[in-house]
Amino acid sequence: MRTSRLSKAALGAITGFTLLFLYVPLFVVARLSFTRANSIAWPPDGWTTTWWREAWRTDGPREALVNSIWVALAATAIALVLGTLAAFALQRYDFFGRNAISFLMVLPIALPGIVTGIALQSTFSRRIDLGLFELRVGFGFHSLVIAHATFCVVVAYNNVIARLRRSSPNLLDASADLGAHGSQTFRHVTFPLVRSALVAGGILAFALSFDEIVVTTFTAGSGYQTLPLWIFANFARPTSPAVVNVVATFVMVVSIPLAWLAQRLGDA
Amino acid sequence: MGQRLERTPSLTDATAAAGRATSSRPLRGVNRAFRRHRALGLGTVLTPPVAWMLVVYVGSLVVLVFSAFFALDGVTQKPTTEFTTDNLTDAVTSASALRLLAWTVATAVAVTAVCVALALPTGFFVAKIAPRWIRRGLMVSIMLPLWAGYMVKTYAWRTMVAPAGGNRFAAEGRGGGGFLASVLGWTPGYSRLSVVIALAYLWFPYMMLPIYAGLDRLPVSLLDASGDLGARPWRTFRSVIVPILLPSIAAGSIFTFSLSLGDYLLPRIVVDGKQRVMFGEFINSTLGAPNQPLAAAYTLFPVVIIVVYLIAMKRAGAFENL
Repeated sequence: MRTSRLSKAALGAITGFTLLFLYVPLFVVARLSFTRANSIAWPPDGWTTTWWREAWRTDGPREALVNSIWVALAATAIALVLGTLAAFALQRYDFFGRNAISFLMVLPIALPGIVTGIALQSTFSRRIDLGLFELRVGFGFHSLVIAHATFCVVVAYNNVIARLRRSSPNLLDASADLGAHGSQTFRHVTFPLVRSALVAGGILAFALSFDEIVVTTFTAGSGYQTLPLWIFANFARPTSPAVVNVVATFVMVVSIPLAWLAQRLGDA
Repeated sequence: MGQRLERTPSLTDATAAAGRATSSRPLRGVNRAFRRHRALGLGTVLTPPVAWMLVVYVGSLVVLVFSAFFALDGVTQKPTTEFTTDNLTDAVTSASALRLLAWTVATAVAVTAVCVALALPTGFFVAKIAPRWIRRGLMVSIMLPLWAGYMVKTYAWRTMVAPAGGNRFAAEGRGGGGFLASVLGWTPGYSRLSVVIALAYLWFPYMMLPIYAGLDRLPVSLLDASGDLGARPWRTFRSVIVPILLPSIAAGSIFTFSLSLGDYLLPRIVVDGKQRVMFGEFINSTLGAPNQPLAAAYTLFPVVIIVVYLIAMKRAGAFENL
């Protein structure tokens, strides 16, 4: 392809700018977590690990981290089961309302978080009369898991259905022709086929849940804090910008390699 | 296939197996039922996810929509069961709400425009100009910050744009402002412009991915043909690249537009809580008023916008390019 040297250079420069745009803010936060001043001012004032030790000693961020991990694990487990089932249904069967269901799956992440948040909050706080007994979901760990699982389904669904679309339906026929019955085909053909897509979808769902804040503010209730909620509650406090820098850097350092891993597995 | 079958099953085996209705293997009966009745299989795999989405999500949304039609008890400030359309009328005729909604839509459009403007040249460079061996690395580098965390990135931009002095918190201003103020000597400060930049930063990878995929599929011969026919690069871009990329841009915009439209936490943090910049903030403060029915009426605005938008994008072929 003929592209003039000038336009090549210009496009390269824009790409360089994009990379700077993407990485400078992250670098700034990481660097500020080692500054001596308890501040977000630039340039940073020397080097110290005081704030890292301080953050480690404080109970708040550690408790919030553990909470976030448990919520994300539980929500991911539910989302994987539901998303995989939906992907199989939509890939294998043709039925009335097929398009409506793919729309339904995207809705929880396409609609504003505040809409999802308010809707779930009012449902969870309501007493629902089921005839024999009254049900009230309430707030805490379980309400967060239900809310997070709902918007994580789409990630698992997308990954699995993409894999199923790429794999040949002949494999199933071949397996059946060789005399395998349904569960054998699932165990030896279908499951190995989607295994890495499940892992990739699982990591993405975990990251999505771990990161979510808007729906979380509405469904966590007062006593339960996740890591994003902790950051939100603390960066505005004049006393702790330095500790927030540390927690933010920690989140980056942990989640970026995880995402890289998910991408590798998804491509496999 | 992991497990080897000892011998080739024949038609006789199949008939024999069919004869043993309740065999020693309980699974066999289940398997056969699934084979005979396709609808049974469909029902089994489809019911759990659809039931979950309908009961938990659609159910809650429907209740939310209905709650917009209940009157508020002036004394207890709790919704009553009395039917009224006043909330809806109030919402539609509120000038401040409509103005904020217009600003919110404009912000979401601006964010999408910034993302497209950055993703087109970057995507073209990565897909068509960069040497083959670094393409993958470049794409991974561009996609990775997506996972740094929403709050982390929001916080990072607040740090970036912090103006020198005049902060709400003394700790933030010490040493003379944030990164942009001291390195570039200029900062958009805690303003709507900063909100647009920060939101574009947050959702950029979502635009980059479909545009890169679209450009990657675009055959170079098409661009050469355009050049051979005498088109200058700008003409090729306008008449060949953009029309082919439209579904990809539509797919990316589902994220950049919808996510920006609904966001209010990042804007609140980036403008230092000084002003209401996004519609979500309006819903939130109405909810805290507390006026749940009116807040529910306000949520109908973004819901209608997003649903119409999604349908339009589906027409544009966006869903096949997600």
